[in-house]
Amino acid sequence: MSTTLVKPPSTAPPSEGAAPKPRRRIAGSPGSWLVWTMVAFFFVMLAGVIFSVVVTSVSTQWFGTWLPEGFTTRWYGSAWREFGLSSVLGTTAQVAIIVVVVSVLIGLPASYVLARRTFPGKKLVMLLFLLPILIPPIAYGIPLATVLYKFQLGGTLTGVILANLVPSVPFVVLTMTPFIEQIDQKIESAARMCGASTVAVFFRILGPLLVPGILAASILVLVRTVGMFELTFLTAGPDSQTLVTVLYNAVLGAGIRAPQQVDAMAVVYTGSMLLLLVIALRFVNPTQLVTRLKDEATSS
Amino acid sequence: MTALAEKPPVTPTRPALRHRLAERGIDRTLLLLVPGLVFIVVLFLYPFLYGLGLSFTPDQGGGPFANYQKFFQDPYLRNTLWTTFELGLPAALINVAASVPMAFKLRRPFRGKRTLTTLLVVPITLGTVLTADGLLEFLAPSGWLNKTLLAWHIVDQPIELVHNYWGVLFSLIITGFPFAFLLTMSYLSGIDPTLESAASTLGAGWWERFRFITLPLLAPGLAITFCLSFVLAFSVFPSAILVGDPSGETRVISIAAYHAAREQFDYSMGSTIAVIMTVSMLIVIAAVLLWRGTLYKGATGGKG
Repeated sequence: MSTTLVKPPSTAPPSEGAAPKPRRRIAGSPGSWLVWTMVAFFFVMLAGVIFSVVVTSVSTQWFGTWLPEGFTTRWYGSAWREFGLSSVLGTTAQVAIIVVVVSVLIGLPASYVLARRTFPGKKLVMLLFLLPILIPPIAYGIPLATVLYKFQLGGTLTGVILANLVPSVPFVVLTMTPFIEQIDQKIESAARMCGASTVAVFFRILGPLLVPGILAASILVLVRTVGMFELTFLTAGPDSQTLVTVLYNAVLGAGIRAPQQVDAMAVVYTGSMLLLLVIALRFVNPTQLVTRLKDEATSS
Repeated sequence: MTALAEKPPVTPTRPALRHRLAERGIDRTLLLLVPGLVFIVVLFLYPFLYGLGLSFTPDQGGGPFANYQKFFQDPYLRNTLWTTFELGLPAALINVAASVPMAFKLRRPFRGKRTLTTLLVVPITLGTVLTADGLLEFLAPSGWLNKTLLAWHIVDQPIELVHNYWGVLFSLIITGFPFAFLLTMSYLSGIDPTLESAASTLGAGWWERFRFITLPLLAPGLAITFCLSFVLAFSVFPSAILVGDPSGETRVISIAAYHAAREQFDYSMGSTIAVIMTVSMLIVIAAVLLWRGTLYKGATGGKG
């Protein structure tokens, strides 16, 4: 309002050149302050959350003081034994790796078709692959768990793997479809003209070109599966618990065990997730974790 | 001779079925789609329809809609829906509203940008269970946050932030904000910066540039960001139990569904609540997408 009142004296042509600059500086600095305050607030919260867990896990006792009375690492040993972490980690790795392999095997051919062909009902197929990602896991997990228990698969490792595949296969399809679209189709046509069969085109032409995309999709599926709480929680039995459900049960029954022990396991969980994240970031750009959603947006 | 004369009139008018289908895009390549489709139908569509059927056959009898009537008549069940909206809508709005100015300020390359985005991915990786565990300790009455506030004399006594609404809202912001931010950032990077420069040359201030150039181009993307943030917040489950008050203030609909299906073993009621959850979520998304349909969605500045 004030700017429009000030302007008329300096006449209509706004091409004074110097005019926009000071204004930007004045208006820009409170904005920057606000943004950096929000960034700082967010990271203080995040650091507080992570360090509270880490410091508790190495403390002897911690009641109401700034820092605990003493430090020890013995909680890690006792947490490892009492929660049976070696078998839990084994189960987690088994579930995650099988889910990754199967979802790539199922998802990749489907995304090839979706990337290269137009056919009647393609929109419907796309919608079908989108729904498991859009609908909350609890909402489809409950009927899914009911069906799995009906076929005696509930509570078994197979059941956990099947349940975790439900969001993973569409995820692979949605990340790989745009990746295949950007590979030039002329390469395939050239190979075919030189007499390559469909199998040869798939394994000797497309395969090597797809490796980076497959790696990125697999790592994202791996991270999502290890962190996927709801579906594992609904389908896991006593022998098929993964790290995240064991952690949940430990936090829920916090009164039963020493908090340090629970937090020691939480640190093990954090460590393994961060390790996966570091590996993932070697192959994937952070914004790619969410770009699949952008692709959904453009395709709809 | 006669055999040759008979054939020609048949082939040109009606080519083989395979060819006609291939013209419309149906050929053997489509078989590659079969495993994926079978998988989705068997493990997603069938269970979902099974659950839908189950929700219309109540355990206690009383007509196909008995479960739905029960849900909307029993205030303890009905209120879980509002509780979920009271948590999910503010969380999604805060996450989207905070990510717009941040993405706006941080979109230009600067030193440490990659570190910042990497740090933002950390909460997505850690997941809700660990965040809940950390928040329980960090926000506790004797936790570091309350200690700092007490030491600086901002408050006189520890503020209650866990085992209530605020704890869950905090956890939704910590896990949901990075997601909204990265998504907004990728939408914003698709807008041609020269459009703003042009507006600036014509004398538009930063607010006018934002209000009349960037925001209209960003709005469709923001609608999608809001939808996905809302989906994330709407399906809140572990943190509502761990940092919330799962029998009162933060009894969200997913807790009610879990409780019915896996603690009372009333699969029919559990499926009913799951169906209500899905439908109410889809209504919100449909409303936002309808509104999005009225927005300008042309070339957002090209690919430059």
